[in-house]
This record gives sequence, C-alpha cells and structure tokens, in this order.
Amino acid sequence: MWPATQAGASTKEEVHRSVSTAENTASEVRDVIIVGSGPAGYTAAVYTARANLKPLLLAGSVTAGGELMNTTDVENYPGFPDGIMGPDLMENFEKQAARFGTEIQFEDVTELDLDGDIKTVTIGSGETFRARSIILSMGSAYRELGLPNEKRLSGHGVSWCATCDGFFFKDQDIAVIGGGDSAMEEALFLTKFARSVTVVHRRDSLRASKIMADRALAHEKIDFVWNSGVEDVLGGDKVTGLRVKNLVDGTETELAVTGVFVAIGNDPRTDLVKGKLDLTPEGTIAVDGRTSKTSVKGVFAAGDVIDPTYRQAITASGSGCVAALDVEHYLADFHA
Amino acid sequence: MSNAKDVTDASFSTDVLASSKPVIVDFWAEWCGPCRKLGPILDEISVEYSEKVDVVKVNVDDNPAIAAQYGITSIPAVYLFQGGEVKGTVIGARPKQFFEKEFADVLS
Repeated sequence: MWPATQAGASTKEEVHRSVSTAENTASEVRDVIIVGSGPAGYTAAVYTARANLKPLLLAGSVTAGGELMNTTDVENYPGFPDGIMGPDLMENFEKQAARFGTEIQFEDVTELDLDGDIKTVTIGSGETFRARSIILSMGSAYRELGLPNEKRLSGHGVSWCATCDGFFFKDQDIAVIGGGDSAMEEALFLTKFARSVTVVHRRDSLRASKIMADRALAHEKIDFVWNSGVEDVLGGDKVTGLRVKNLVDGTETELAVTGVFVAIGNDPRTDLVKGKLDLTPEGTIAVDGRTSKTSVKGVFAAGDVIDPTYRQAITASGSGCVAALDVEHYLADFHA
Repeated sequence: MSNAKDVTDASFSTDVLASSKPVIVDFWAEWCGPCRKLGPILDEISVEYSEKVDVVKVNVDDNPAIAAQYGITSIPAVYLFQGGEVKGTVIGARPKQFFEKEFADVLS
C-alpha cells in the first residue's frame, strides 16, 4: 500500500503533517485526482502518470478493481489471446498505474466539492484532498429486481455474485435472472455447482454475445424460461422459489429453486455527483460529445459512469485514456 | 495487524455463542474476491475496538456446518453475535465506516 501522503519538501512541513494529516493534505493542490479503480480509472492513471501529473487514485476500500474483480475468464480484452482472469487483469492494471508513479489509496470517496478552480475530495475518514482536475470513474452497480422479498432474502438464496456464492448451491436447482453476457457467464459458471440452472429472461432471445449465448443454449444443465419477469421471490428464512409471470399471456407459475442470481444489468454510480453535474436521461454523467468533459469545468468522467450502451472493459479503458488526455490539455491551459 | 482469530465448526460454540463479549463473525473463503478485500477492514476493527468486541473468522470451505446452520448463501457475510444470538448482519464487502454505523450499538 502507498503512503497516505506524498513526501513533503521541508522538515517544518513534516512536523506539521504529523500533527494534522487532514489539514496538510488539504493544503497541497494536486494536478489530478481519479475516483474509482476499474479499467477506466486505472487507464486514466497510467496516462496521467506518464504525463507526469502524479495522479492520486482513490480506489475504494472494498470495491477496488471494480466489476471485473467478480468475474472469472475475460476472453474479449485484446492482448490476452488465452484470456485472463478478471482479478488478474485488474492487478495488472494496478501494477501498471503504480509503475509510473500513481499514488493509489484504497479509500472511499464520501463527498465531492466540484465548484471553482480547485476541487475538494473527502474520503471516509474525513481527510480531504484538493486538485485542479478530477476524473470520475465510479463505474456502475448491480441493478436489483426491486422486490421487497429480494432484499429480505439477500444472503439467504438471493445473490449478485456467482463466483462468491456458487459454492453454496452444490447439487441444487437455481435460477439466473437476465439475458446479457453477465447473466450467461453466471449461468455457465454456476453449472459447476448446481444440479440445474434456469435462466429467466424478459424477452424471447438473448442479448448476450453470440459466443456466450450459444454456449449457454447448448449446455445440458441450463434451461430457459422466455418472455418472463420475476414477480416475487418466495421463501421464509431462505429462498424456496420464484413466482414468474409470462409477459405475453400473463400467466403466473412458480419455479422451485433454492438460489437466485440476479444479473439484469447495472446502473451508473452517480450518488456522489447528483445535483452537482448534469446527468443524461439514462442516468449517466453527461459529457460533451466524444470527450470526457462534464458540465463542470475541470471535472472529467470516464467508463461505465458515462456509458449507458457499451459498458465493456475495453471501452471503459479507452474512455479513461480520453479523460487523461482531456485533463492534460485542460491543465496545460490552466497553467498557461 | 489483527486480533481476529480463526473459529471452526468445533470451536464456534465456545468462542462465539458463549463469549461474554459481543463477537463479529466474518464468514469467508479463499476463492471469494470481495472476502479478501474485506479481511483487512475487519482486522482493523479487531484492533481498534479490541476492548469492546472480538472479531473472528470462519472459513466456510473448511467449516460448512456453521454457515449452513445460519443459512448463509452469500459471502462475505458478517454476523454480530451477542449473548449467543444474532444481533446484526451485513452481506457483502463494505467500507469500515459502514460497520461502525451498522454495529454502532457495540462499537461506539
């Protein structure tokens, strides 16, 4: 782990720092702070570090590495012909960012003050950091079904992480909700444990990439319930089934399962910036055209948090690069 | 640094249920990414709040009976026990401040 503060210049400062870390870090104005540590954040870090901007990356205490930390094989990130495990890929990202001098802190941002030329970022401990520019790359969070019993039974049959929880469903019948790549990956992964996996999907075909869809459709342990939505999660202390409604003819049926894995998409993590930055109708942070410029000067955004459409590791990465280059130009004007 | 000790199916009753102090139990496994992120945070809590609470870890891979008894199907799962009863649960990896708030009754 990296030191909490950058090495100071004078001895006097050192003494002062030991008295009040929070006050001291607040007085130092950095060039750029990056919030979030998925592919977008780390790519922005690599580029801004190589531009000698000494980025501070606030990676998150438990969310560091982002969504790929909960995946297994990543087969579509170019440069890895044999695929790479999600956590290994993110470890590589981190190493590469650190190699060029990114200061990485595993802290959670709790508040952003984006007004004016100098922005202030507050972390969980109350400590603050200041910078001339900010790159927001908070990514997205799992979407929930929004059913009361889903929350109640969360951790008792309802899950969002197949790699974490598949183990608990050995030889059981389970359901995966969703029709995208994430849902297919979860379904395929869960076949290692489960007796059967039933995919419940709102449409009559899969949104997943052809290769993932074909693998799931061909798998002997995976069944599909098409055109259907989940009306309720059933069970007292633990999940015993799902009430499923056919969206075409309106009929309701019960599906006996002991586990439910929800993979119905993601929502951008914008809680920190609500009311401070313009958002799009889709809920992502609005940026100017193909740039990363948000509605506030000196604030840039990248990755899933600006992307309602593609949301791939590689597009997030590219987007992080865009943000880094935009920051470089912004700071050149700033200092001019 | 950590004061968190490992608890097994065999020692759970003595170390957790019969404990005079409140006990935070971390159900985890090696293959669970978020569990590895959460470990150091609970280690911190075990040191900072050592007078108020014990923190213990149950590896669910090696100790499936206890996890099954409490119907745990998602990890990381953090349970707070007091007087042999479950007083609070947190599912999923959360920041330190989240636990301080959620378990404020025993930590503050």
